[in-house]
Amino acid sequence: MAVRVVGPMSWIGWPTLLAILLTVVLSTPVSLFGLNLPQPVWPMVLAFAWPLIRPSMVAPAVLFGLGVFLDLFWGGILGLWPLSLIAVYGIMLAARNLMVGQETLFLFVLYAGSTLFAFLLAYVIVTVAIGNAPSLISLASQVVPTLILFPIADWMIQRFDDGDVRFR
Amino acid sequence: MAFRDGPFENIKVPLAWTAAVVVVVALIASIVMIVGDRGTAAGRGETGPVRAGFVAVAGPVGGIFAAPVRWTGAVGDHIGGYFFAISENRRLKAENAELKQWRDQAIAMKTVNERYEALMGIRTDPPVPMAAGATVQDSRGPFARARLIDVGAGKGVRIGNPVMNEHGLVGRVVGTTAGISRVLLLTDVASRTPVLIERTDQRALLTGDASANPRLAYVRGTGLKAGDRVLTSGDGGGFPRGLPVGIVAKGVDGSWRVKLFSDRGAVDYVRVLLFQSFGQLADPNGLNAPPLAGLGSAPPPNANEAAAISDAMTRRTAADAAATAARDRRIAEANADRQTPLPAQTQTAPSPDSRPAPLPSATDQAPTPVPGARG
Repeated sequence: MAVRVVGPMSWIGWPTLLAILLTVVLSTPVSLFGLNLPQPVWPMVLAFAWPLIRPSMVAPAVLFGLGVFLDLFWGGILGLWPLSLIAVYGIMLAARNLMVGQETLFLFVLYAGSTLFAFLLAYVIVTVAIGNAPSLISLASQVVPTLILFPIADWMIQRFDDGDVRFR
Repeated sequence: MAFRDGPFENIKVPLAWTAAVVVVVALIASIVMIVGDRGTAAGRGETGPVRAGFVAVAGPVGGIFAAPVRWTGAVGDHIGGYFFAISENRRLKAENAELKQWRDQAIAMKTVNERYEALMGIRTDPPVPMAAGATVQDSRGPFARARLIDVGAGKGVRIGNPVMNEHGLVGRVVGTTAGISRVLLLTDVASRTPVLIERTDQRALLTGDASANPRLAYVRGTGLKAGDRVLTSGDGGGFPRGLPVGIVAKGVDGSWRVKLFSDRGAVDYVRVLLFQSFGQLADPNGLNAPPLAGLGSAPPPNANEAAAISDAMTRRTAADAAATAARDRRIAEANADRQTPLPAQTQTAPSPDSRPAPLPSATDQAPTPVPGARG
């Protein structure tokens, strides 16, 4: 049986395109019964999962591009999301040897911590740059949908970490 | 010679280290971008070519997803209108009866108002042209609350133009391309809008914080009440005065907040007010010109005008000479008075019997005849 090769397109390319597509779709101005669509930060899943799957030079570069995309698309401060996402990636990369192979519950705690750290960093930057602190309720309205995306990150880690023996 | 055959054949760089190098470079690049963007962070305008180009692409893409939603909404409204036609008819009749009274009052007040304006010579704002557009993208995060709309500079939209829906103010334009504009909502953390309280004419600054109800900051005076109507004040010239904004409410944190009128309906269709304040309409070169700059290009006076000018100059010179002489005379008189010695005065203690002279009462004063007075 031949060894299945998982190329960068599988674990970097397609997830990136999917994250962009879902970000665009969920930015559609839809209001049902007074409620709008949730607007999570999809690249947060990638910033958490990619360093645990495999260290790569391409992944942080792509993550930087995704952050710039978010800033331009949402109209935020340029550099806000690249910094937050890359910070999460860097921390996970540094702690990779301790985190790989942990059980799902531990990974969720780690994912929640990473997400909160990224949002806290963005919160501080916006507060300092604009001189006005955003509402914590509105912050929670984006943090919670982002936390709910953890199963996708967990699936990516299980799928690609075990999918190719060369990743070990 | 291939690279793998060279002296670097046996050098193996750990993958984690190369990734870490990219991470560090990306972090530095991000910080540089944030620092470089801080100058525009308050307005976050799409003035740069990168932002403008991105918006020009993202707008039509967002429009592809927004169009089916709009069609679905229209179908839903149609079906709802069919099933609820009777109740809607009753509601509209009652509303129409109420609005007729308001219409009569408005006509009467308009007539009176026009008379007042004519009497006082008030210069009212000129009518503001508008451009209608549809929302194609919506940012609802805590760090950015903005929308892309499908009208741009091609229809006269400029940065700073106010944006409204059918109920009230939505925000202002912070970036335009030929066909797409970005609207910064009133709820964005960078949004600051000068407003007034209709009942008391108090001024305040509507400050967004990414919540649904922006905060009222720097409220002048006291007496604010929940339920007061909030309008744009027009201070600073960014917005015309009197645009409906919302209703004052007390927030859970104890601060005064505003329930926006624009939240009463969908903001899928909006109107951009192509508003320019009087300050922008004025010609700055004309205002900065010297006051008598027109004399340089004026035609030479004729004989009568020259004689009148000469006469006026002679009279003015004579008047100036007379005033100077009078002033010199007064100075000389004052100097003469100062050189005259004052008589020596002895200070005596006031005796117990001495009393101050009573002040003359109004009845003591004899009426002074006024020339020309009758009676």
